[in-house]
Amino acid sequence: MAIDDHTVEYVAKLSRLELTREERELFREQLSRILEYFSKLNELDTTGIPPTSHVIPMRNVFREDVVTPSLEREVVLDEAPDQEEGYFKVPRVFEE
Amino acid sequence: MRENATTKVQDEFEIVIGLEIHVQLLTASKMFCGCSTRFGAPPNTQVCPVCLGLPGSLPVINRKAVELGLRTALALNCTIHPQSQFHRKNYYYPDLPKNYQISQYQYKDHPPLASDGHLTFEFDGQARTVRIRRVHLEEDTGKLVHVERDGTVLYSLVDYNRSGVPLMEIVTEPDLRSPEEAREFLSRLRTLLQYLEVSSGRMEEGTLRCDANVSLRRRGEPLGIRTEVKNMNSLRAVEKALSFEVARQREILQAGGEVVQETRHWDERREVTFGSREKEEAQDYRYFPEPDLVPMVLDPAWIEEIRRTLPELPEERRRRYVEQYALSPHDAALLVENKAMADFFEATIKLFPQPKTVCNWLLGDVTGYANTHGMEFTDLPLTPEKLAEMLKLMEDGTISIRLAKEILEEMLATGKDASSIVAEKGLVQIRDEDALRAIVEEVIAENPNPVRDYRAGKEKALTFLVGQVMRKTSGRANPDLVNRLLKERLHG
Repeated sequence: MAIDDHTVEYVAKLSRLELTREERELFREQLSRILEYFSKLNELDTTGIPPTSHVIPMRNVFREDVVTPSLEREVVLDEAPDQEEGYFKVPRVFEE
Repeated sequence: MRENATTKVQDEFEIVIGLEIHVQLLTASKMFCGCSTRFGAPPNTQVCPVCLGLPGSLPVINRKAVELGLRTALALNCTIHPQSQFHRKNYYYPDLPKNYQISQYQYKDHPPLASDGHLTFEFDGQARTVRIRRVHLEEDTGKLVHVERDGTVLYSLVDYNRSGVPLMEIVTEPDLRSPEEAREFLSRLRTLLQYLEVSSGRMEEGTLRCDANVSLRRRGEPLGIRTEVKNMNSLRAVEKALSFEVARQREILQAGGEVVQETRHWDERREVTFGSREKEEAQDYRYFPEPDLVPMVLDPAWIEEIRRTLPELPEERRRRYVEQYALSPHDAALLVENKAMADFFEATIKLFPQPKTVCNWLLGDVTGYANTHGMEFTDLPLTPEKLAEMLKLMEDGTISIRLAKEILEEMLATGKDASSIVAEKGLVQIRDEDALRAIVEEVIAENPNPVRDYRAGKEKALTFLVGQVMRKTSGRANPDLVNRLLKERLHG
């Protein structure tokens, strides 16, 4: 299954990646090869088999509604690139 | 205000509204971690590796949140799916630090918690049924504060205390036909959620949020192009925003134009909706099953247990109040709408078994006091015992209705009980005939003209004289007694 430049650009944009022309070419080829490899799976007849989302045989892992201690704010914020008055500080989100 | 914006359309267009309601669930801890959900804590003090999306942390489902979701689904007559699971909804916005929200997507093979329900209510004298498309669980996002200078956003500050708070999304089918009906539906749903003890339902505080999809179509035609209206923070805002949006779309369509499919925000101050300036791109959320959460397979016994323990719901209670207590349908509806008040009513009539009287005081003076002071009913320092005591004092004639109103006001202001207010102020009704007779004499002596008028047959003059006696006694005289004493004296 071949992938076109447009799809590579789209995937890059969704991942917030900026690609050079060379990279776009490289990834287009690599992604196509990967998809081609996986397309072998389509040869299997899966009629009547429900889609599997988890392979481990576990169900219903719950916790009770009990409050447990949170982290110290200083510890949390010291890991952040920037902070102000107890908040995480981030670049503006909307373009003008 | 545009002409007739809020009235039902009489023209060729039919209004089509569907609602998407987000409800913060009343749990102590978050959806997937043990951080507190308490409102109003200093920023970023209720966070941990899970709700901060730190690498290696793993979410675990809060059982109580699932239970509250199931409770709602049952009350909304939904089909509960025996197996359900969570999905990742991927997007870039710093309100969630993981770059995705854990939510439930509508896949055939992994459905959300529940779907295909309905809520029936009375509107405009008719029974209306609004279909519920689905009820699902997800996590709330953090809060952003945009720091501006001269109207330009410089940067944003993020508080993750709300990140991961359990949220339930309720989506209706586009079955609502007017802004008024949408408001009524939302009000009924809110009351239902309060009865279920699933949500505090305070729109102003954001524990209940509502978005709406609105479109118009010519009768009999397929659905028109819709807009999504956001940022409506009260029932009133929902009705106003939808009315505005309906009028706006109608103008466009009548002029032969086309509605643009977009998200529009309600501006409460200017009372308009406006399109967001951001580019409207088709969002690609790339939903996929959340690998960190294994599926839920709901035990039918658990669902039955929840069904069995559902409380009396507002519709049933309304009916019961009319049948059992002979309240008018209007009063019953008003009382039931406020669960706290309805519970209070029931506790009071156990102590003072006159439902009609108790209802009148609650809907009248008590509600009036709360409204003028901008308070919630639950903020008032009144208890069923205190109200019943006051009503008993009134019933046995210790205080008049007029005094009762004054005393109640003081009770609400100070939290004191009626008997101590009566004792403190010497407010006990004067029923001593001799004491009153002396005052009656005074009033007759001071008002020769009305006395003459009354004797000449003007019944109204008596009312004036009774009023004078009441004034001299600061309202403490028993009006019936005064009436009798005056008549005896004037006829004699």
